[in-house]
Amino acid sequence: MAGIPIVIGYFPVAMAFGLLARTVNVSLQDTFFFSLLVFAGASQFMAIDLIKAGIAPLDIILATFLLNLRHLMMSASLAVRLEEIKKRWLPFIAFGITDESFSVASMKKGALSFPFLMTLQGIAYLAWLSGTVTGYLIGSVLPVTLQNSLGVGLYAMFMAILMPEIKKSLNVLLLSVFSGAVYISLDFINVLPSGWNLIIAIIVASGIGVMVLKDDPGEERI
Amino acid sequence: MNSYLTLILGMTLVTFLPRLLPLITLSERPIHPLFRRFLLYIPYTALGALIVRGVMQASSGMEAATFIGVGVAAACSWYQGGLILSVFASIIAAYITLSM
Repeated sequence: MAGIPIVIGYFPVAMAFGLLARTVNVSLQDTFFFSLLVFAGASQFMAIDLIKAGIAPLDIILATFLLNLRHLMMSASLAVRLEEIKKRWLPFIAFGITDESFSVASMKKGALSFPFLMTLQGIAYLAWLSGTVTGYLIGSVLPVTLQNSLGVGLYAMFMAILMPEIKKSLNVLLLSVFSGAVYISLDFINVLPSGWNLIIAIIVASGIGVMVLKDDPGEERI
Repeated sequence: MNSYLTLILGMTLVTFLPRLLPLITLSERPIHPLFRRFLLYIPYTALGALIVRGVMQASSGMEAATFIGVGVAAACSWYQGGLILSVFASIIAAYITLSM
């Protein structure tokens, strides 16, 4: 059941991706392979943006790598909460770690079981694939303003995941606001390659949180 | 149309490895309590930064719609709760903003 909200949020965003890919002349087959093999919303949108700007493939891959370093931390954060799982299943769980599935999984109480994660990630994956193809095929029929609005759903989803936690804990509010502020500062200073700003903001805000905050908003979930 | 298969495979690799390596290396090892707290804070700091980044990087013409869409999602999930409602309300708010 936890996967259903992800489907609702993912589908329109995947449609937006399919739509955009078509506008920069990526074939339907390649667009499908993007979603099938990469399965990373932010990276895929960035790739389309960079293809449009005529950036070399190797540079796009490097930027993708930087953008995805945040998953190192998300994956590490999930690793400490996993139930005993056979090693051979880990690659499947790893493949499905996205910002959204991670957010839903990390707000769940208790240890994370393999069936829970597979259901959550499997549903998200199917929504992502079907949304991509739908967007590519029929998206151009939708009014342009509606096409543009779909992408906003992604950030609405992040907000809707975060807000219930903020209501429960002042620490969560402090952590997220502080992280946002660090990100804005880094963006303003503009000395790091853009993929790094997000990673550094997460590290700095979490690190200061460890030093400054007393109790632990995640403690009850261990 | 160009083929983007090489690019896609390269992106697959650099996306998959950061997701896999911590699972393999950390899932069986005891972790220092401070580092554990650091890891437990990450969902909140990641979401905070992702939302701010999303609003700041909105493509031109989408700034107001993105800002209002996220604001509506915030209000909706604060008062009402529920992902589905918030996402829909946000898309509708963005649509209305763009139509004006």
